[in-house]
Amino acid sequence: MTEAHGGYYVPHHASPWPIVGSLGLFFLLGGFAHVLHGGTSVFMIIGAVLVAAMIYGWFSIVVRESEGGKYDGQVDMSFRWGMSWFIFSEVMFFAAFFGALFYARMFSVPWLGGASNNVSTHELLWPAFEAAWPTNGPAAVGGDFATMGAWGIPAINTLILLTSGVTVTWAHWALKKENRQQLILGLAATVALGVLFLGLQVYEYGHAYRDLNLTLGSGIYGTTFFMLTGFHGMHVTIGAIMLAVILMRSIRGHFTAKNHFAFEAVAWYWHFVDVVWLGLFIFVYWLV
Amino acid sequence: MSTTKTKHASSGLVALVTLLASHSALAEWGLNMTQGVTSISRQLYGLHMLVLWICVIIGIGVFGAIFYSIYHHRKSRGAKAAEFHESTTVEVIWTVVPFLILVGVAIPATKTLLYLEDTRDADINIKVTGYQWKWKYDYLDEDISFFSNLAPTSREAISADPTKVENYLLEVDNPIVVPVNKKVRFLITADDVIHAWWIPEFGVKQDAIPGFINDAWAVIEEPGVYRGQCAELCGKDHGYMPIVVEAKSETDYLAWVAEQKATAAADAEAAGKTWSMDELMAKGETVYITSCAACHQANGEGLTGVFPAIKGSPIATEDLPAHLDIILNGKAGTSMQAFGAQLTDTEIAAVITYQRNAWGNNTGEMVQPTEIKAAR
Amino acid sequence: MSEATANGAHHEEHARGISRWLFTTNHKDIGTLYLWFSFVMLLIGGAMAMYIRAELWEPGIQLSDPNFFNQMTTLHGLIMVFGAVMPAFVGLANWQVPMMIGAPDMALPRMNNWSFWILPFAGLLLVSTIFMEGGGPNFGWTMHAPLSTTYAPPSTDFFIFAVHLLGLSSIMGSINIIATILNMRAPGMTLMKMPMFVWSWLITAFLLIAVMPVLAGAVTMMLTDRNFGTSFFDAAGGGDPLLFQHVFWFFGHPEVYIMILPAFGVISQIIPTFARKPLFGYSSMVYATASIAFLSFIVWAHHMYTTGMPVSGELYFMYATVMIAVPTGVKVFNWVATMWKGSMTFETPMLWALGFLVLFTIGGFTGLMLGVAPADFQYHDTYFVVAHFHYVLVSGALFAIIAGVFYWLPKWTGNMYDEKLAKIHFWWAMISFNVLFFPQHFLGLAGMPRRIPDYALQFTEWNVISSIGGFAFGASWLLFLYIIIKTIRGGEKATDEVWEGADGLEWTVPSPAPYHTFNTAPEVK
Ligand code: HEA
Ligand code: HEA
Ligand code: HEC
Ligand code: CUA
Ligand SMILES: [Cu+2]
Repeated sequence: MTEAHGGYYVPHHASPWPIVGSLGLFFLLGGFAHVLHGGTSVFMIIGAVLVAAMIYGWFSIVVRESEGGKYDGQVDMSFRWGMSWFIFSEVMFFAAFFGALFYARMFSVPWLGGASNNVSTHELLWPAFEAAWPTNGPAAVGGDFATMGAWGIPAINTLILLTSGVTVTWAHWALKKENRQQLILGLAATVALGVLFLGLQVYEYGHAYRDLNLTLGSGIYGTTFFMLTGFHGMHVTIGAIMLAVILMRSIRGHFTAKNHFAFEAVAWYWHFVDVVWLGLFIFVYWLV
Repeated sequence: MSTTKTKHASSGLVALVTLLASHSALAEWGLNMTQGVTSISRQLYGLHMLVLWICVIIGIGVFGAIFYSIYHHRKSRGAKAAEFHESTTVEVIWTVVPFLILVGVAIPATKTLLYLEDTRDADINIKVTGYQWKWKYDYLDEDISFFSNLAPTSREAISADPTKVENYLLEVDNPIVVPVNKKVRFLITADDVIHAWWIPEFGVKQDAIPGFINDAWAVIEEPGVYRGQCAELCGKDHGYMPIVVEAKSETDYLAWVAEQKATAAADAEAAGKTWSMDELMAKGETVYITSCAACHQANGEGLTGVFPAIKGSPIATEDLPAHLDIILNGKAGTSMQAFGAQLTDTEIAAVITYQRNAWGNNTGEMVQPTEIKAAR
Repeated sequence: MSEATANGAHHEEHARGISRWLFTTNHKDIGTLYLWFSFVMLLIGGAMAMYIRAELWEPGIQLSDPNFFNQMTTLHGLIMVFGAVMPAFVGLANWQVPMMIGAPDMALPRMNNWSFWILPFAGLLLVSTIFMEGGGPNFGWTMHAPLSTTYAPPSTDFFIFAVHLLGLSSIMGSINIIATILNMRAPGMTLMKMPMFVWSWLITAFLLIAVMPVLAGAVTMMLTDRNFGTSFFDAAGGGDPLLFQHVFWFFGHPEVYIMILPAFGVISQIIPTFARKPLFGYSSMVYATASIAFLSFIVWAHHMYTTGMPVSGELYFMYATVMIAVPTGVKVFNWVATMWKGSMTFETPMLWALGFLVLFTIGGFTGLMLGVAPADFQYHDTYFVVAHFHYVLVSGALFAIIAGVFYWLPKWTGNMYDEKLAKIHFWWAMISFNVLFFPQHFLGLAGMPRRIPDYALQFTEWNVISSIGGFAFGASWLLFLYIIIKTIRGGEKATDEVWEGADGLEWTVPSPAPYHTFNTAPEVK
C-alpha cells in the first residue's frame, strides 16, 4: 500500500456515460413493462440502444485510459475488488433461484402430499396428489410432460463448458508468456465453445417445447427448470460477448503479460458461469 | 367534517389529561394485551408480561446510567474526561448476563409454543377459508357451511357516521358458533390471497395460505361473543373482514346446529317457489350490499380501472346468459369470484334481478331461483 | 450543502451548472446529490405518511378509498426504506469514507455517478405507478404473493423494474464502498484503526451485495408468475406462496440491519467526540457489528411465525432471533461506557445521538418481544409491530442520519449551523415523535391490525393522539430544511477541527473540505 495516492487515477473530467446509462436502463426496463401490457416496443428499443451506446462509450474510455498507462497497481486492485464483488452478487442472484428449487423439492411439494404438519392440506385440499419430483403440482398445471434426460445434450454441454474453461486458461497462460498467437487461438476456441453451448441449449429448448410438452408453464418443475437454465444461458451469452470483445482487443494487440485485468475479469466471469452450470447439471438434470 | 375533526382533536387532548388522572380510563382505552379466555391466551399474556418486565428492568438500568452520566459527567459541571477505553471483565459480564437472561426467556417460550402448536385430539373441526373479503366456515363433522361477511350496519356506516354503530367493523352477518369447554380445531386456508384468522381472546392467529391448511385450536372457557379481524393485508377491504365467534353451552350449541340444518331445508324449499319482483329486489339488495358492494360499490358504479360498473353495464342490462355466467363461475384471473359456490339459488336469482333493475338498469326482467338451478 | 465548496480557498476547475451535477465523478458532489435526493424522498414518503395519519384520524373513510390507502402505505414504506434512509447513508458514506480513510476519492468514481443517477429514475418509475390505470402497488412493502402477483394491479410490472433498478444502484454503490475501504486506505490505516463509521459501512456493503440480488430474484419470480405462467407461488402448480416470503425475508431481515449498522457507525463517531473520551471497547464494537451482520442472515423467518411453519422451524428462528440482543446490547453498553466519566457537552449532533440511544433501545426491546415466537402470535401484524419498527427506523436510522448531518455539516459547508434553532428542532422532533409512535404500542396490544384504513371505535383516542404527533413531527422537517439552507447560505465560520473533542482525518482538512482532499496520502500513525 505504499504507492503514493497521488498516482491513483481519479477522472477529474466529467463523464456523460453514467447518466446515459441510467436513462437507457429506465427506458429499457420501463419500456419492457410497457410491452408486457401490449404497448409499443419503441421505448424499449430506445433504451437498448442507449445502454449499448453507454457500454461502448464507457468501455472505450476505460480501454483508452488503460492502454494509455494511466492506471497504476492500486487502480488495478480496485477493479479486481469490483469484479469479485460483482460476481459474488451474481452468485447470490442464482442462490435465490436454487433456493426456490430446493424449497420446492424439499418442502412445498412434500407438504402438498401431506408431509410434516400438512396432513390436512393433503386430505382436504389435494387428496389425489402424490408428492414426487418432477411434478407440475396437484392441478397438473400445463398438462403431462416428460423431463429432460441428463445424459444427452446436458452431458455434452457439461463437457463443452469444462473444455472452454480449459481453453480460456490456456489463453491466459499464453498471454502471460506473451504468446499472442496462442492467446488468440485459445480465446477464439473459448468463444466458439460458448456459442456451441448456446446453440445446443436452444435446440434443447425447442425439443422440450415441441416433443416433451415441457414448458415454462409446466408447474414448478418447468418453472425451476427454465428459470435456472434460462438465466444461466443469459449469462453464457453475456460471457461469450465479453470474451469476443477481449478476443478483438487481443487481435489489436492490447494487453501485456503484466497488465491485462480485463482479460482476467472475463475469465473469472466465465469460470463462474461454468460453476453455476455444474450446479445446474447436478440438481436440475441429474438428481431428478 | 372539519368540525368533527376539531372536536376530536380537543377531545383527544382532554382525554390525554384525564387519562393520567383516572385509572378507569386506562382499561377503556386498551393499553395492554388481553388475557383472553383460553389457556393459550393466558400463557401468551404471561410471556408478554415476563419479557416486558425484563425489558423494563434492563431499561431502567441502561437509561439510569445514561442519565446519571449526562448529569454528573458533563463538562459544564467541571467533569474531566477519564482515559479508560476498555475492560475485558465488564465486557464479558455484559455479554454473558444478557445471554443467560435470554435462555431464561427461551425456556417458557418453548413450552408455550409446543403447547399451542399441539392440535391433536380435537372434539370439533371447523374449516375456515378466507376469501376477498369474507370468511367461509365448514363444520367438518356436521353438514354445516356458510359465509360470514361484514354486517351491513357497519358497511353502510363507513362513509357515514361510524360512531353510531355498535361494534363498528367487528360485526358480521353470520357468526360462527362453538361450544365452550371443547377442544375446537380450526383448519385455516384461503381461496385467493393470504389472510389471517385472528381472535385476540383465544390467542389464535394463523395465516390462511391458499393451497395449504394451517391449524390452530382453542378451548373456550366462558360463553360469550368474541371478536377478531383479518390480520394479513389481503387487498382493498382487508380492514373489513371481521370474525365473530359465539361460544355457547353444549346444549345451546346443539340447538344451534339443529336450527342451521332446519334453515338449510327451508332455503331449499324457498328456492322451489316463484318469487315476486318486490321480494327479489328486497333480498337482492341485501345480498348485493353484503357480497358485491365491496367491489362494485353500493351505487353500482364500481371503481374506475379496478372494478367495473354494474350500472349501465351491457352484461347487466342486455346479455342475461353472460350475467348468469360471470356470477356463477366468476372470471378466472380476476378478483371476480365464482359466486355459484358461495350463494344459494335464491340469493343469486335475487342479486341478478336487483342488478338488472337498480340504479336505472330498468330492464324489468326477473330471474327465478329455479332458473339458476337449471343454469348450474 | 455544496455551494460552499466553491467558496473554499481551493480554486480547482470543475464543471459549473447542471452538467457539474449530471456528470460529476467527485465523491463530495455525489454525496451531496445522494443527500438531497434522500431528503426529497423523505418529504414525499412523509407526505404519504401524513395522508395515512389523516385517514386514521377517525373511524370511517374520510379522504379517499381503501385501495388508495393501501397504495399510500405501500409506497410510504418503500420510499422511506429505499428512497430516504438507504440513499442518505450512502450519501454520508460518499462524503465521509474517503475523507476518513485518507483517500483521494472513491475507488470507482464513474460508477459512483452511475449508482446515484439510477436512483432518481427508479424513483420516477416507482412513483409513476400511482398514476397508472388500476393504481399503484397496493400490497404492502413486503409484497407478499399472491396478492402481488395474480391479484395485483397492472402497474406492478413497472414497480418490479423500479425495484430492479433500486437494487442495481445499491449493489454498485456497495461494491464501490467496499473497494474504497479495502483498497484506498492511507498508509498506516490498518483495518483495526479504521473509524467505526467506516467499519460499519464495510459490513453493511457486504450485506447489501449479499441480499439485494436475492430481492431481485424475488421480484423476478413475481414477474414471471404474473406474465409468463410460472408457478413459484402457486400451490396448484407445486409452488407455495410462502416461498415468496422466505425469499423476500432472506433479503428483508438483513435489509433492516442495512439501515441500522451505518447508524451505529455514526453514533460511534459522535458520542466519543462530545464525551471527549475514546470509544469504549473499539474491538468488541467491531466484532459485535460483524456478529449482528452474521446473525441477520439466519433469522429471517421471525417475520413468519404465524404462517404455519413446522414447529421446529419456529423454535430455531426464535432462538436465533433473540440472540441478536446480545451483540446489540454490547454496542449499547459500550456507548454508555464511553459517556461514563467523560466530559460531555450537548451540541445538536450529541442530542440526536442521545435521542437515538434511548429510543433505539426501546425499539430494540420491542423487537426482542416480537422475537419471542408465541407472544408474536398476538403482536404480529398489529400496530405493535408498526411501533417497533418506527422506533428502530425513525428514532434509530433517521435520527442517526440527522445526527450525522449536523455533525459533518460544518465540514461540508464551512459554516456553523444555527445552534439555537437546531436545538429547538431537536426537542420539537423528539417530543412529537414519541407522541406519534408511543401510543401505537397500546393500539397494537389492544388489537388494532396494521394496514387498515378504518378501525373499530375503541381505537379512536390513541389514533387521534398519534395523528397529532404525526403532523407535528412532519412539520418539524420544514424547520430542518430551513436550518440547512440557512447554514449553506452562510453563518459563523467553522474551524478545521469544528468540535473540541473531534478525532480523525476528516477534521485535519479545512472547512469546507476542498473539492479534492488527500491527493497525497496522509500518514497515519
Ligand atoms: C432498523 C431496523 C430494525 C432493527 C434494528 C430491528 C431490530 C430487531 N427486530 Fe425488527 N423489524 C423491522 C426493523 C428493524 N428491526 C421492521 C421494518 C419490521 C417490520 C417489517 C414488516 O413486516 O413490514 C420488523 C419486524 C420485526 C419482527 C416481526 C414482527 C411481526 O411481523 O410479527 C420481529 C420478530 O422477531 C423483529 C425482531 C427484531 C429484533 C429481535 C431486533 C433486534 O435487533 C433488537 C436488538 C436490540 C435490543 C434488544 C436492545 C438493546 C439491547 C440491550 C440493552 C441488551 C440487553 C437486552 C436484553 C437481554 C433484553 N422485528
Ligand atoms: C425509514 C423508514 C420510515 C420512516 C422514516 C417512516 C416515517 C413515518 N411513518 Fe412509516 N412506515 C415504514 C417506514 C418508515 N416510516 C414502513 C416500512 C412501513 C410499513 C409499510 C407497509 O405496511 O407495507 C410504515 C408504515 C407506517 C404506518 C402504518 C400504515 C399501515 O399499517 O397502514 C404509519 C401509520 O401511522 C406510518 C407513519 C409514519 C409517520 C407519521 C412517519 C413520519 O416520521 C414521517 C415524517 C416526515 C414527514 C411528514 C415529511 C416532511 C414534511 C413535509 C412533507 C411537509 C408537510 C408536513 C405536513 C403536512 C405536516 N408508517
Ligand atoms: C372481490 C371483488 C368483487 C366482488 C366481491 C364481486 N365482484 Fe363482480 N367483478 C369483479 C371484477 C374485478 C370484475 C371484472 C372482471 C373482468 O375483468 O371482466 C367483475 C365483473 C362483474 C360483472 C361483469 C360486469 C361487466 O360489465 O363486465 C358482473 C355482472 C359482476 N361482476 C357481478 C357481481 C356480483 C353479482 C357480485 C356479488 C354477488 C360481485 N360481482 C362481486 C370483482 C368483484
Ligand atoms: Cu383478509 Cu386481510
Ligand atoms: Cu427481521
